[in-house]
Amino acid sequence: MSSYSVTEPSARSKSVAAVLVVLYAVITLLPLLWIISTSFKTGPDSISYPPKAIFSPTVEGYVNLFTNRTRATTEQLATMPPPANFAEEIVRKRNEVITGPSRFGERFLNSVIIGFGSTFLSIMLGTLAAYAFSRFKVPLKDDLLFFILSTRMMPPIAVAIPIFLMYRTLGLSDTHLGMILLYTGVNISLAVWLLKGFIDEIPREYEEAALIDGYTRFQAFRQVVLPQAATGIASTAIFCLIFAWNEYAFAVLLTSGNAQTAPPFIPTIIGVGGQDWPAVAAGATLFLLPVMIFTILLRKHLLRGITFGAVRK
Amino acid sequence: MKAKLLAATTAAAWMAAGAAQAQTELTLCWAAWDPANALVELSKDFEAQSGIKMKFEFVPWPNFADRMLNELNSGGKLCDLMIGDSQWIGGSAESGHYVKLNDFFAANDISMDAFVPATVTGYSEWPKNTPNYWSLPAFGDVVGWTYRKDWFERPEIAAEFKAKYGRDLVAPQTFAELKDIAEFFQGREIDGKTVYGASIYTERGSEGITMGAMDVMYSFGFKYDNPEKPYDMAGFVNSPGAVAGLEFYKSLYDCCTPPGSSNGYMGEGIDAYKSGQVALQMNFAFTWPGFEVDPNVGGGKTGYLVNPAGPDGERYAQLGGQGISVVAYSEKQDAALEYIKWFAKPETQAKWWSMGGFSCLRAVVEDPGFATSQPYAQAFLDSMAIVKDFWAEPSYATLLQDTQKRLHDYVVAGNGTAQEALDGLVQDWTTTFEDEGKL
Amino acid sequence: MPNPLDTAARATPDRIARKLRGLSDRAIAWAFVAPTIFLLLAINIFPLIWTIRLSFTNFAANKPNAEVKWVGLRNYERILTDPDIWQTMQATAHFLVWTIVLQVLIGFTLAWLINRKFRGNDLLTTLIVLPMMLSPAVVGNFWTFLYQPQIGLINYAVEFFTGIPASSFSMLGSVTLAPWAIVIVDTWMWTPFVMLICLAGLRSIPDYIYEAAEVDRASPWRQFWTMTVPMVLPFLMLAVLFRGIENFKMFDLVVQLTGGGPGDTTLLSSIELKREAFEKWRTGYSSAYAIILFVTVFGLASIYVKALNKVKER
Repeated sequence: MSSYSVTEPSARSKSVAAVLVVLYAVITLLPLLWIISTSFKTGPDSISYPPKAIFSPTVEGYVNLFTNRTRATTEQLATMPPPANFAEEIVRKRNEVITGPSRFGERFLNSVIIGFGSTFLSIMLGTLAAYAFSRFKVPLKDDLLFFILSTRMMPPIAVAIPIFLMYRTLGLSDTHLGMILLYTGVNISLAVWLLKGFIDEIPREYEEAALIDGYTRFQAFRQVVLPQAATGIASTAIFCLIFAWNEYAFAVLLTSGNAQTAPPFIPTIIGVGGQDWPAVAAGATLFLLPVMIFTILLRKHLLRGITFGAVRK
Repeated sequence: MKAKLLAATTAAAWMAAGAAQAQTELTLCWAAWDPANALVELSKDFEAQSGIKMKFEFVPWPNFADRMLNELNSGGKLCDLMIGDSQWIGGSAESGHYVKLNDFFAANDISMDAFVPATVTGYSEWPKNTPNYWSLPAFGDVVGWTYRKDWFERPEIAAEFKAKYGRDLVAPQTFAELKDIAEFFQGREIDGKTVYGASIYTERGSEGITMGAMDVMYSFGFKYDNPEKPYDMAGFVNSPGAVAGLEFYKSLYDCCTPPGSSNGYMGEGIDAYKSGQVALQMNFAFTWPGFEVDPNVGGGKTGYLVNPAGPDGERYAQLGGQGISVVAYSEKQDAALEYIKWFAKPETQAKWWSMGGFSCLRAVVEDPGFATSQPYAQAFLDSMAIVKDFWAEPSYATLLQDTQKRLHDYVVAGNGTAQEALDGLVQDWTTTFEDEGKL
Repeated sequence: MPNPLDTAARATPDRIARKLRGLSDRAIAWAFVAPTIFLLLAINIFPLIWTIRLSFTNFAANKPNAEVKWVGLRNYERILTDPDIWQTMQATAHFLVWTIVLQVLIGFTLAWLINRKFRGNDLLTTLIVLPMMLSPAVVGNFWTFLYQPQIGLINYAVEFFTGIPASSFSMLGSVTLAPWAIVIVDTWMWTPFVMLICLAGLRSIPDYIYEAAEVDRASPWRQFWTMTVPMVLPFLMLAVLFRGIENFKMFDLVVQLTGGGPGDTTLLSSIELKREAFEKWRTGYSSAYAIILFVTVFGLASIYVKALNKVKER
């Protein structure tokens, strides 16, 4: 290609585009920033009107998120030993005492186990199936593919009752394994479809060369196709994780004490009285972090994964 | 070889027994709200006395009924003890989710006469008004009102009100007075902020607007059915009084609530009140201890008010609150009963009240010091004397959902008339009872 | 790399080797596809069949002891003749159509702008996709806070820019505004998804096509309509398919935002379904409802996928 390219946009069109995109980013990130800033507000600051953009930050919301508290009278407080740590100091200012840790830590850990577990499983099964669909003559291939996609059309509530009854019989109700299998079952359609697209793009010639070199199919798959599909796998993993991490309908209906994840938990954090917005915001912020980090780490793959289509014949 | 085997078996048996003894763990299920935290604290005494470890499963209000009824309906063993909502009692008794407690009460000298009568009827009995007990009253609750005493007492506001209405600005005794006051405050500037009249229940999803509208309609003459003939609803549910009550509720919603009050229940009410947006607030009594210690509205700024009277002087209030029951599917029913026995003790109940739990024990609430023990104690006592509750039928959830739909459609969405809404409700409820075989 | 297997393979006559390979191909194909199919059968198909069975009964999951009767098609009849169901369908359609229209327009525009490849476009892309990583339930919950007429950010922003007093309107409380309020939140959240797929489409267009067009002196406008749009269309249609299916099932976000209110204004099919199934416990009836919804979306999607394949073949 010559140094001059007609497809390289002009400097002016670039800067106009940049301004517009930045504008959109600012608008779209504002609610997100509001969540994060609310997590550092005190209760009264969070519900003040007009809304406060400038406030003195506090970690009260985070303390509330991780603790259970109860009210204490001033007299009761006076008889207590001095606060043992900063968290107690913060809640005592509001005439409360910490009664123990909240369930948020457990719920968060459940989300990690279930979210990442089901993502891993979806990717593993999805890659295998996508490869088979891409390379082999599978009988009724198109029908099977559409069947796989169609399982995603079922409203989750519709299958929730049979699944609930089935899980109870199998002892999978309210367990991590049950939720991992369930989310994998939901995600796998997306995984197969996305991964098939990526694997279709990998020239068959690579494998054929490997086969001619005497590799078995499986070796060719593992040593030739998988590395080539890495970007596709990474970006598919992001989409699977986003779903499993954030799922609500099944979680609220099928889990309770043991395997409940964070999404049903966060909207219902209440303080002493009404909804504790700083704690909700703190929960939302913390809950966003792992997916955000995962995405940023895999950002190159996500973007390269998108451009991967560019080499399409 | 034999000796070895014997030793091994003994060791195993001993270990199993030891494990069972040391590991008795009870799970108590309730809503995730402030009183639940107090109960955790209170239960530490039980753990110390009995050696039984308490675990808690608190489900937030919006999902509480769904989640717990789901659990009970599928015979789940998650909960040994359940502090279930008052309306579940019919279904739980008839489907055998709860253990019947009559024998246990008799054996342990627990008398239901020792509890406030309304709470026994409301939380424990099924069928209602028969001595069949399925729970022990655990947390008394009732809809009442709070008002900004500090605003009412400001001379300039009081004077302006008197000039306009020809009477003093004091806590309202009738709904008509309440609306005057709400209208008076609506849109007023106080301390540089616009404030509004009243916060009321309007929530669509679970039970909010039903609790709120019923709370008002009772005093206007609404009845669930013919006192002479059960399930005979036409002319009672949609009586002229009931229609007037619902119209009143809508007019209150239209004239005097803060903007955006279209989907509010307990939490939103608390927010509106604490942030200083409203002069009056409808809410369950459980919220009151929280206001007393709030930096914005606590320390004497808040007055507590029994539900006002209707046009004919009738005065009722919507019952809230729950009883504690033993789940029939639990494998640790004995330990669970032990907890109830401990919970029923007068000293436990007295401590419960001091920690913000609304005890239903007469020895506690009839104590001469009770009424003055907290600024809201008298209002709570008076309110508990005039309570009514929604259907506690096995099909309560269907009845409730139909009510939510009809009421929200009229009050908030503004579709149709109050007469149409209540006529429709009679129809819906009739269908449900017909499906049940009760009609 | 010399490998004993290689040598062995080379030693066998070509015909036999191919046959062996072909056999193992089939075995591998099945071994690779089977776990997925098995999981789908267990998690999706088996419950679906169960749901179909329940839909012909009067079963109520909260009355396990009650006698279960076959009621034939009565559940279906009741649903299809209930005027309230059509209102729910309308609310769902409104939500579906407008979220897709807005997300496609904004998402495509954004992708097209980002494809100008200005400096920092990678970073901006990563920032823009953040909203879709949040949990819809948490988003719905938090937006009720943002939509609060006085303490919320949205009304305050509207007042700031337009002068309309913040307390004069309620996005979630008004019958006219609430259907748009839920569209706005979904669009905020999922436009990045459409944008990502469009971007993939745009970057798949080989440069030489534009170079050729430039040689032919086609105007940028013409290039856009005759090359960019047709090349991106299959991608865009795939994005629409996924968003369409997701939003037909929409539950968590809207249930947290409005709970279906005011009245039944934003009562989407899935919310109604959840009420019937898990609040009123009319299991048989709600199973029939679920099947009707499933057949609807399945039918629409089948037609759509056929169209998509045609576009792809072109």
